[in-house]
Amino acid sequence: MKIVVCAKHVPDIQAERGFTPEGRVDRGRGDGTVNEVDENALEAARRIAEANGAGAVEVVVLSMGPPAALDAVRRGLQMGADSGVHVSDDALAGSDAFATARVLAAAIRRIGDVDLVLTGMAALDSLTSLLPAALASELDVPALTIASELEVADGVVRVRRALDDVVQVIEADLPALVSVTDGINTPRFPNFAAIMAARTKPVVTWTLAELGVQAEEVGDAGARTRVLEVAELEPRATEVLDTDDDGGAGARLAEFLVARGLA
Amino acid sequence: MTATGAVLALLTAPDAAGGQGVAGSGISVTASELLTVARELAEGLGEQLEAVWVGGLGAGVLESLGAFGVSRVHHLAEAPATTTELASALEELFGAKGQSALLATTSFATRELAARLGVRLGAGVLVDASRIELIDGRLVAERTAFAATWWSRCAVLASPAVVTVKPHSAEPRPAEEALEPELVPLAPGLGDPRVRVVSRTERAATGRPELATASTVVVGGRGTEGKFTVLTELADELGAALGATRVATDEGWVGHELQVGQTGVTINPVLYIGAGVAGAVHHVGGMRAAQTVVAINSDPEAPLMELADYAVVGDLFDVVPRLTARLRELRARATEG
Repeated sequence: MKIVVCAKHVPDIQAERGFTPEGRVDRGRGDGTVNEVDENALEAARRIAEANGAGAVEVVVLSMGPPAALDAVRRGLQMGADSGVHVSDDALAGSDAFATARVLAAAIRRIGDVDLVLTGMAALDSLTSLLPAALASELDVPALTIASELEVADGVVRVRRALDDVVQVIEADLPALVSVTDGINTPRFPNFAAIMAARTKPVVTWTLAELGVQAEEVGDAGARTRVLEVAELEPRATEVLDTDDDGGAGARLAEFLVARGLA
Repeated sequence: MTATGAVLALLTAPDAAGGQGVAGSGISVTASELLTVARELAEGLGEQLEAVWVGGLGAGVLESLGAFGVSRVHHLAEAPATTTELASALEELFGAKGQSALLATTSFATRELAARLGVRLGAGVLVDASRIELIDGRLVAERTAFAATWWSRCAVLASPAVVTVKPHSAEPRPAEEALEPELVPLAPGLGDPRVRVVSRTERAATGRPELATASTVVVGGRGTEGKFTVLTELADELGAALGATRVATDEGWVGHELQVGQTGVTINPVLYIGAGVAGAVHHVGGMRAAQTVVAINSDPEAPLMELADYAVVGDLFDVVPRLTARLRELRARATEG
């Protein structure tokens, strides 16, 4: 069985983040990192591989992005992937979720014979959650999204997903795509041996031409939406700071809420 | 009718008023907010407003849709089991009628739907819009990014436009002239035979509003040490939804479906009250768009205290019960008066 895990390189959410004046995510502000929920997808792939015994499952980590995105591929290799694919091309700058889905789909087809695609449920920079379903649609495979449990057996993948009003268990025949939540597992951080082993694992870099994707279909040229304007929001200023030393803060808060028409 | 386009508002049976609807109406507040945004867009484009209604049409629904200016209701009687099915039904509708835009209230399901329509129809997709306007005939939406520390305006360049709109993005405003909508059945879309629903467990009804769309949300964090009773009492006094931080759901104090944050439910209520909530980046990213933020915490240095409009330094087990009691008093007095 072959599993591809899509891992996105994003600005560290603990660091200062922002946009460039053109409305793109500013990747030059500081440390990038692999999108946290994608680490859960990597861990999920590793657990499937471990459960099936040595050699039965091949895990490929796939990341699209500028040269720095190679870090996401390396992280994937340290977390158990057997090989890595990095898709990088100047024409990709400014790609939206749909262009990204098209490129990742082309890469997955080129990797070939892929049974399962795993992604995180959202990228913590854009938070649109569009990519998993868009990628499944491009690949014409079933999408089982926001999985909080996952099992694979006999060519069938089964997930548990908690929606607003209902908990569903759904299954699909492979090949399929599953997006996972951060509740699905606790990723194991790579130890020294894993970091050393990752150094010798094979990594390839593909350009758009190698994937047969036209530059006009992606990046700014292919985007179906355009950012017109971005601005950093003013931090909120605290209007009332009350201390409950006299035991009256609860009552004062009630009066505030009623006076504001909030309660 | 001429072949001009129409703006579609997607509504599903839970949008029927379930105790929290507009008085005298068959639809929920969230549904009427979405219809208001969609009607304003349709007016700007010089197009009709149409609705897609998924699920049973309860009493008063059609009339309420008409009151919000809906001229035609595409009715999908049987709620589809998967998003794929709904996407194919809508795809047919777009193919046949040349609709210019589809608006839906943001949820996991509608974002997934938007993704599918984006690929299948080449639609221009924006999610989590908080405001929609027309600039030079193009749909432009406002949204926030990076845990709501940034704001952006994005234009949709492709047609049709598919936009998910956050709850509480507009004051519900019925149309000046009510219409009598034409009811048209919508054929169910093709499902994906490769996908099977093994089981469905409806959540037990709590009597509280849904977290994602509630106008008031009471959230408990680590500081509750798992004792949520004072918070549920406050939530019930306020008619609020109950939410929790990742720590609280991971500890099993409350269910995971109550997790507010970037990997849980994103909320933008009118009023957010966080008790014993530190304000980790993940959590703040999912609630920062709240209009008024109240924080109650014994630690004045907690990050949530800094971004609160109203911060109380104190023990939540002292402050919250007194808050609830005083609210009850004030509201009883208001009712008597």
